[in-house]
Amino acid sequence: MQISMSVNGNEVTRDIEPRVLLVHFIREELGLTGTHWGCDTSNCGTCVVLMDGQPVKSCTVLAAMADGHEIRTVEGLASNGALDPVQQGFMEEHGLQCGFCTPGMMLTARALLDKNPHPDDGEIRQAISGQICRCTGYATIVRSVQWAANHPVGSAATGDAADPSEAEEVTA
Amino acid sequence: MRVQQPAATGLDLERVDGRAKVLGLAPYAYEHPAENPTYLYPVQSTIARGRITAIDTAAAETMDGVVAVLTHLNAPRLADAADKELAVLQSDEVGFRGQFVAAVVADSPEAAREAAARVRVQYHQEPHHAALRADHEDLYKPEQINAGLETDTQAGDPDAALASAAVVVDRTYTTPAEHNNPMEPHTTVAQWEGDRLLVFDSTQAVHNARKTLAPLFDVEVEQIRVVAPHVGGGFGSKGLPHAHVVLTALAAKVTGGRPVKYALTRQQMFFLAGYRTPTIQRLQLGASPDGRISVLTHDVVEQTSAIKEFAEQTAGISRMMYSADHRRTTHRLASLDVPVPSWMRAPGECPGSFGLEVAMDELAEACGIDPIELRVRNEPAIDPETGKPFASRHLLACLREGARRFGWERRNAQPGTVLVDGWRTGIGVAASTYPARRQPANTARIRFTADGFYEVQIGAVDLGTGAWTALTQIAAEALECGPEQVRLQIGDTDLPVATVAGGSSGTASWGSAIIGAAQMFRKEHGGFPSAGDTSEGDGERNPAGKNYALHSFGAQFAEVQVHADTGEIRVSRMLGVYSAGRIINPRTARSQFLGGMTMGIGMALHEQSVMDERFGMIVNHDFADYHVPSNADIRQLEAFWLEEVDEHAGPLGARGIGEIGIVGAAAAVANAAYNATGIRVRDLPLTADKFLT
Repeated sequence: MQISMSVNGNEVTRDIEPRVLLVHFIREELGLTGTHWGCDTSNCGTCVVLMDGQPVKSCTVLAAMADGHEIRTVEGLASNGALDPVQQGFMEEHGLQCGFCTPGMMLTARALLDKNPHPDDGEIRQAISGQICRCTGYATIVRSVQWAANHPVGSAATGDAADPSEAEEVTA
Repeated sequence: MRVQQPAATGLDLERVDGRAKVLGLAPYAYEHPAENPTYLYPVQSTIARGRITAIDTAAAETMDGVVAVLTHLNAPRLADAADKELAVLQSDEVGFRGQFVAAVVADSPEAAREAAARVRVQYHQEPHHAALRADHEDLYKPEQINAGLETDTQAGDPDAALASAAVVVDRTYTTPAEHNNPMEPHTTVAQWEGDRLLVFDSTQAVHNARKTLAPLFDVEVEQIRVVAPHVGGGFGSKGLPHAHVVLTALAAKVTGGRPVKYALTRQQMFFLAGYRTPTIQRLQLGASPDGRISVLTHDVVEQTSAIKEFAEQTAGISRMMYSADHRRTTHRLASLDVPVPSWMRAPGECPGSFGLEVAMDELAEACGIDPIELRVRNEPAIDPETGKPFASRHLLACLREGARRFGWERRNAQPGTVLVDGWRTGIGVAASTYPARRQPANTARIRFTADGFYEVQIGAVDLGTGAWTALTQIAAEALECGPEQVRLQIGDTDLPVATVAGGSSGTASWGSAIIGAAQMFRKEHGGFPSAGDTSEGDGERNPAGKNYALHSFGAQFAEVQVHADTGEIRVSRMLGVYSAGRIINPRTARSQFLGGMTMGIGMALHEQSVMDERFGMIVNHDFADYHVPSNADIRQLEAFWLEEVDEHAGPLGARGIGEIGIVGAAAAVANAAYNATGIRVRDLPLTADKFLT
């Protein structure tokens, strides 16, 4: 079947098998591997992406269900040459160790801040309650989101562009 | 020994890998580009013991997109099938439920999975044993236990000393099977080019991985390249290659050179990626009325898989922790038809500390003295087991500092007396320790580049612990340059040899080699090197190990609330103070300590892999039913450390921090729960039902 959707602002159209999950579509078909796959049962949240601005666990969404919708992944967080404040916050407050849960955490945080620019710790914890981190103990994740809330887009320089050449440097 | 003076180390340097990770660009094993890949999905045994009598692959083979269906009948032969965990698809024998019995390789993950579901396997089922019991009829004594330790030790006459002791605590404690569950599933991508194998693996040790694979495939280690620049956690389960690594490399032999990609599902990880063995621990402590311990025995029964021995060193902690003239430790294994146990964060010390440190709490109460004072009275002057002095033993300083920070003086010694808004509240303490094991077999290479950077190369691995950052700092300090002038390269067997990211040994082991290489570089090339100048340096066996007992220590404090009506239990506050030698990066170190404590809370409250012995089945084999701490479970956590440099730990002065945060954590929670309720729970985890009496 043919599906079309907007992914990080780009229109994509593909012929797919109806059984393909959104997470696999994003990773295998589009090559956007920042979205991770962690549990297969909708429990861990490493696969969270935004669908029309709402966090969804892409391991339990069929790609066909995203037809006609807007998808945003971690690769779409940085824009106009700057890191999203959420990305900067996770660096500033050490909201990650292994980094595997990080994309999903950041997208949930972005969705929260879009609706509620000044959440308290309880609201942040509620927002990420469907996501597991096995490394950090969560406190730095909550602080990372608070950092982002305190440094909204446009408030200050938040970092340089996501430069594809950087990825190569890191993986060399 | 010259100890490096802190310069770049000790800095609160931002993570070197942080930027790639927040951009979603850090490639984990599955994410490396692979041209025209195939995808593997396995078939797992549905019996716990027996033989395969027939496999019908016809339906699978004819499906669109299927490249190959492998079974023990047609799979390529391994050159060495002695390790029965790794000898995948080499015989008709089934040794545990969930074992690989076939695998489909296909053009898409969906096709592989569907075809695997159509493979029909018939078995001749044999009787199995899958439940650990203290009275298991065939318990045996392994030749040695892990880390090369003696299986049993004895000093003095423990039984006579127990008979004459004024105060005796004689209790049995149990810890369940637990699964590491790193967030990144175990993943292997394998590709053969002629007789050369390229593996992208989610591993804690690239060089060890290829050393394990080479004899299986009858190739030299140099013919295998293992790459792992980023790993999404491991906690021990990625320390040793498991069966999926072999299966993927084996399958890649039949794809005509196409890569094979395989990420275990979370469910498969519960059978195929290692786990912490359950333990049954009998502790006997005999003491004088004022709490001076004369006798300490720690007798352990634990399980191994019948197909491969794994002997956790659970009672090792009782050999060095407290002073006692009469001591005994034993380990007995039940060989069961179960998945193969492996390393999980602080193997040995972690489960062993639950038994020992809860028993200490019971002894403190029996003697009517404060639990911290009990530990003060039994602090050994030298290592009781070896007779060597401790290179650095600051347990009491950790306990005192923790007591001050935590507010220990507010503890009500009478259990079950504090009720706040329906919650029984109490606090508890436990000690922590972990050995410092610097590994010698490490080499680092430093090369000065044309554009003025120091390229520092070593085949180390960063599981998320912060090795990218800490090793950059160590190199900068040793080269006396800024961290921004260092370009670190790790996670690849094309780099100089390195030991495992495990046993809290990585930073000290790799760091020693980097310091050696830096010193050699300056000696050979001076302070103004030319492009291309290169030097190597090796790690060394720590000479201090001959004369000193090398261990880290810590104190764990917990505040627990147990609901008086429902038994619901919460860890409202936890605080740890650690002595681990020099801290290289406070930011990554604190996160490691807190992460260990968090996993300790999981061990205390949630984690338990439930075996249905009728089927040899781990029934709660997913994240819906195997509970790890979620953010609501983790409230106030604090970690502190003593400022110190251990001159006996090597040129870095650091001992390692990855595991000590979990050791003793569950005991501190259990002791706090007792203080809150007066109910002594000796069987982990501390679920609500255990407080409803």
